[in-house]
Amino acid sequence: MTVASEPDLRAHFDETIAAQRRIEPRDWMPDKYRATMIRQIAQHAHSEIIGMQPEGNWITRAPSLRRKAILLAKVQDEAGHGMYLYSAAETLGADRADLTGKLISGRQKYSSIFNYPTLTYADVGVIGWLVDGAAICNQVPLCRSSYGPYARAMIRICKEESFHQRQGYELLLTMMRGSQAQREMVQDATNRFWWPSLMMFGPPDDASPNTEQSMAWGIKRHTNDELRQRFVDMTVPQAEKLGVTLPDPELRWNDERGHYDFGAVDWDELKAVIAGNGPCNAQRIARRKAAHDDGAWVREAAIAHARKNENHDPERTGLTLAVTRD
Amino acid sequence: MTEPQWPLYEVFLRGKRGLNHVHVGSLHAADPEMALRHARDLYTRRNEGVSIWVVRASDITASSPDEKDPFFKPSGDKVYRHPTFYEIPDDVPHM
Amino acid sequence: MTAFAMNDDHDNPYALLGDDHDDGHRWAFGTGFTDPLEGIDTTVPAGLDAGALARYCLALGDDALIYSHRLQEWVTHMPELEEETAIANIALDLLGQARMLLARAGGILGQTEDQLAFFRAEKDFRNVRLAEHADADFAELVGRLLIFSAWRLALFAELSAAPDPVLAAIAAKGVNELTYHRDYAAQWVVRLGDGTEESHDRMQRALGTLWPLTGELFRPDADAVASADPGAVTVPAFMGVIDTVLAAAGLERPDAVSPPAVAGRTGRDGVHTEAMGYILAELQSVARANPDATW
Repeated sequence: MTVASEPDLRAHFDETIAAQRRIEPRDWMPDKYRATMIRQIAQHAHSEIIGMQPEGNWITRAPSLRRKAILLAKVQDEAGHGMYLYSAAETLGADRADLTGKLISGRQKYSSIFNYPTLTYADVGVIGWLVDGAAICNQVPLCRSSYGPYARAMIRICKEESFHQRQGYELLLTMMRGSQAQREMVQDATNRFWWPSLMMFGPPDDASPNTEQSMAWGIKRHTNDELRQRFVDMTVPQAEKLGVTLPDPELRWNDERGHYDFGAVDWDELKAVIAGNGPCNAQRIARRKAAHDDGAWVREAAIAHARKNENHDPERTGLTLAVTRD
Repeated sequence: MTEPQWPLYEVFLRGKRGLNHVHVGSLHAADPEMALRHARDLYTRRNEGVSIWVVRASDITASSPDEKDPFFKPSGDKVYRHPTFYEIPDDVPHM
Repeated sequence: MTAFAMNDDHDNPYALLGDDHDDGHRWAFGTGFTDPLEGIDTTVPAGLDAGALARYCLALGDDALIYSHRLQEWVTHMPELEEETAIANIALDLLGQARMLLARAGGILGQTEDQLAFFRAEKDFRNVRLAEHADADFAELVGRLLIFSAWRLALFAELSAAPDPVLAAIAAKGVNELTYHRDYAAQWVVRLGDGTEESHDRMQRALGTLWPLTGELFRPDADAVASADPGAVTVPAFMGVIDTVLAAAGLERPDAVSPPAVAGRTGRDGVHTEAMGYILAELQSVARANPDATW
């Protein structure tokens, strides 16, 4: 193809990054950039797909038809987000079936937050408010990712995710203005999801060795701690408006810093959850695996059928059914 | 045993007001009919009046958008294409 | 609630799709915000039996509500991610139809859609028993959907001309959706019937399990006749569609006999299968546990 030398290609790549332009699928890129990008995008995709489970848990029990429709649509959006992201990963040479295998075998991860159980309908609202809120904090900067297909997928996802957060918050507002039992439900859900939401931003900066290279390559735009702080600053006023207490006695505004101070995150808990020992890890993977395994005969049948019809005139094999009143 | 995979299809959309189809992403499907329907579900939110093209990824031939690719190299580098390279004697007619 | 400003200075292909994507309101597949009942007079037309109309809308609404519930159970269990989106679409469409139909019935009966969905007893639900069936595998999922959507589409095509303008509008919108559902199911029945040996066997077996539930769909319905007079959704017309699909799929139409009524009563009379109690226990659980809540 190109006769340029690797140092030239590398220089061109570095210059593209430095000029804040996009790297596109057929561009030369360092192997490590490609591998890091595939892993990040894939784990993001896995998070969307696994994330369907804790929320999907409540669709059949949604307490009003409107809430049911909202939740079902949200979970459907998440499937779509997962697919947009797998699609972006595939432009880098990854294969979706292979990525699915890595998810199921535990070689690739997904966001730690989805390893917590959803125990009441208030959890649905709190996930929208806190979990989608944290995801948005992480994701908006990724709209400027150096990798073109990822950035474009993120733009679409961010738009939809902002609706999800609004829906979750609106549910909580409604519940906080409802019955005493509902208010208690919201406070209880908040108590269970606050710290895991902070953990979504990953380990502290001094325990994140890859951050520097990722920032240099435009894979990451802000550090974990920066985003975590931003999330806290945004969320505290939202909690006040709701009338819930965030379960951190050390949370207070610091005038000097211009930010909220907050308590210590339990990093051991995050480590345990990432290592596979959270409350729901086994169950989440088992469900994904079961769907995949149980579906094998269906996928095979579709391929077999397609092969039988490959050489036929599509006009002739199309199945046409009348719609009219006959 | 590895099962046969549903092939990758690239999806192109032209909106109601659009002038041409734009690449929006990809999906997996067993056949073109399925690809079209999935593209409608996944990329258009079942919007009416959006034109969808699905193409098997393996059927697409692409160039590299990278300037370094010889496909797009400006002729400044291809010195033999430059008219001053060839020395023609003064007395040759019509040159 | 602050949102980060997003960088607009890069090519965004979605911006080229026209303003449908940028209205900031549309957030869900198949639940766009054009109200199909906009501008429609909701007074029950003179001469129409309001009670019969309410009962019939309840019946059609319950079919959709309970059917959607069964489809919702498949979310995160589908054989491929693209199918997740497809099945959620169908479940959302049916839920939307249920809401409009229950609202129509509720308007006449003095109850809200939620009161009807969450606080009625099992014996007051009017869905056909086909809607309650739990699909044992993907073959039953698509086989049952083919039967249900082929029937409902033919019915709604008739009801688009119903004397009640609200029912007519709901049916007209439903026709577009049901056409898609029937197409989805038919394509899959053909793929499975004419796929591998295993898929063929499973599909044939599924038809054998499901076919007995078909008879109930064509029982004469006095409320339907009184309120909507939908012209017969003739058995031959329905069979014509089914047979076209089965022929393309290489499948045999089963010879099965419908399960009898219980003391002369079936789903439309509030007499259901044993599955119905469990469905409602789940569906109604949170609403009933919090009777004074606002959602």
